[in-house]
Amino acid sequence: MKSQSIGQLALAAAAVAYLIGVYFASSPVWMGFTINALIIAVVAMSWNITGGFGGLSSFGHAALYGTGAYASAILQVKYGVNAWVGFAAGILAGAAMGAFIGALAFRYGLRGSYFALVTLAFAEVLRICASSFEFTGGGSGLQLKLAPGLANLQFADRTVVYTALLVVVAVVMILTALIKYSRFGAYLIAVRENEDAARALGIDTYRIKVQAMAISGAFGGLAGVLYLQLWLFIDSTVVYGSAISVEALIGPIIGGAGTVWGPLLGTLGLHLLGEGAKHLLPNAPGLNFVLYAVVLICALRFLPQGLVGLAGKFGAFTKKKEAEDA
Amino acid sequence: MLEVRNLSKSFGGLKAVTDASLDVQEGSIVGLLGPNGAGKTTCFTMIAGFTKADEGSVRFKGQDITGLPPHRICALGMIRTFQIVQPFAGLTVQENIAVGAYLHHHNRNEAMSVARDVGKRLGMGAMLDRPASSLTIAGRKRLELARALATGSKLLLLDEVMAGLIPSEITEIVGIIRQIRDEGHTFLMIEHVMQAVMSLAETAYVLNQGKMIAHGPPRELVRDPSVVEAYLGHGAAARLQEENHA
Ligand SMILES: Nc1ncnc2c1ncn2[C@@H]1O[C@H](COP(=O)(O)OP(=O)(O)OP(=O)(O)O)[C@@H](O)[C@H]1O
Ligand SMILES: [Mg+2]
Repeated sequence: MKSQSIGQLALAAAAVAYLIGVYFASSPVWMGFTINALIIAVVAMSWNITGGFGGLSSFGHAALYGTGAYASAILQVKYGVNAWVGFAAGILAGAAMGAFIGALAFRYGLRGSYFALVTLAFAEVLRICASSFEFTGGGSGLQLKLAPGLANLQFADRTVVYTALLVVVAVVMILTALIKYSRFGAYLIAVRENEDAARALGIDTYRIKVQAMAISGAFGGLAGVLYLQLWLFIDSTVVYGSAISVEALIGPIIGGAGTVWGPLLGTLGLHLLGEGAKHLLPNAPGLNFVLYAVVLICALRFLPQGLVGLAGKFGAFTKKKEAEDA
Repeated sequence: MLEVRNLSKSFGGLKAVTDASLDVQEGSIVGLLGPNGAGKTTCFTMIAGFTKADEGSVRFKGQDITGLPPHRICALGMIRTFQIVQPFAGLTVQENIAVGAYLHHHNRNEAMSVARDVGKRLGMGAMLDRPASSLTIAGRKRLELARALATGSKLLLLDEVMAGLIPSEITEIVGIIRQIRDEGHTFLMIEHVMQAVMSLAETAYVLNQGKMIAHGPPRELVRDPSVVEAYLGHGAAARLQEENHA
């Protein structure tokens, strides 16, 4: 809902303070860790478009992430295309994959857990394909040539990478806000709240859902390309694996699905938690996923609106002006 | 304005609607009556494009709209409300109405201000910022009407917007509907509240077991033996007659 509260502002301010603080952290570990979290945050924002605003919970957002990453990598490695072109192509490929999955799933009226299963199946099929075909590099994946420079979208300096990612995250959040307060956003939310009522009010719900999948795909593809340009290497497990699909949904759910800040807050919070656990118990790999599961269960049980919803309960502003002329 | 011809619909073996026809003139208020399970709502879902009719046709403003999806029909200017209210529960009242207003107002500020105006006109000014889930049943019924009105549709199909309301609320909504009609809207309304039908509708159709059994001014319909029997059971008309004579 549109009303903001002091609690939410404080939460957002804390996130911004942390992100700025990373520049001054004594150890470079913080920046490296936050860079990874920010890429995941973009996937989370991708999931948030469909899952958060549209109530279309996908369990296979890796399909979009991986498609973006592979599209760019194939173009660069096999066809020698420039990285910036690959970047744009990755976003478009993600959008196309999103629209394709949406068009198929919604054509047959799939909702709820059926939709989740179909998206999961898509991601798995793509993963298997990517690990089998020759032009995707098969089991050994695809490796970009190391060639730092702006023209190749590769940066040797971590601080530059980090800054660029902050800009991307800000842009995606602004786009999310624009969507949320647009006619399209209102229609998408209406579909989530009550699809029959939405149809009665003149909304072409099929089209809205497919468009949402396309936008979500663009964001997801973008995240995949970011990962590729950072690590210069991808394989099927890394970008099409279900770990990405899980991370895509867990951040928004914990942070607040259908909010602008939720995906970032949830993802940062979770990664900090996971990282902390790793340092406390260094000999338990995979512990962060166990922790995620516990946090997710608690969030589903106690925080239906996520962190943003919880913060919203503190110091809500009363909207004086509107209350008066009502 | 609306011409419905020979609509039929079966669910499995059950014939919910058989060969139903009706007409609605522009600027009128037409009632659709009938006992529970008569097939009234099913008629609405077919007219508004929510379910495909097995047979029959629907013309709206002279155009054949049979088989069009609901959003196309709504864009042409006809909209239905739901008997079981369907609010966007997580949104405020104003946001609910705005979803309807967005149909012809693509800009958010415009849609929200249209929503505000419509809400105030329906006496919901004080509730605009409240979540729709906090409304009483009367409020929710009114919200259905407000959302439909905000789309700018000229023909409104109202499915029992007065069910569950107390008499004072009914009087209020009757006044509102009459006012909206005078502003240039047309209504086809399913209604069990006879007092409302009597005071609003010029003509009414009576559906029983899926068939149109009578049609005319509501005052005459309540004296029609076939209508009385449909509501009160076989032989009821005769018994009433006897009692009146006795
Ligand atoms: N989707 C459906 N599937 C199967 N049967 C249905 C369906 N919709 C309606 N029916 C049946 O069709 C018949 C007509 O139902 P309908 O809802 O149109 O009646 P109604 O006149 O609106 O009644 P009420 O006054 O109770 O609202 C009923 O017997 C109902 O059980
Ligand atoms: Mg009904």
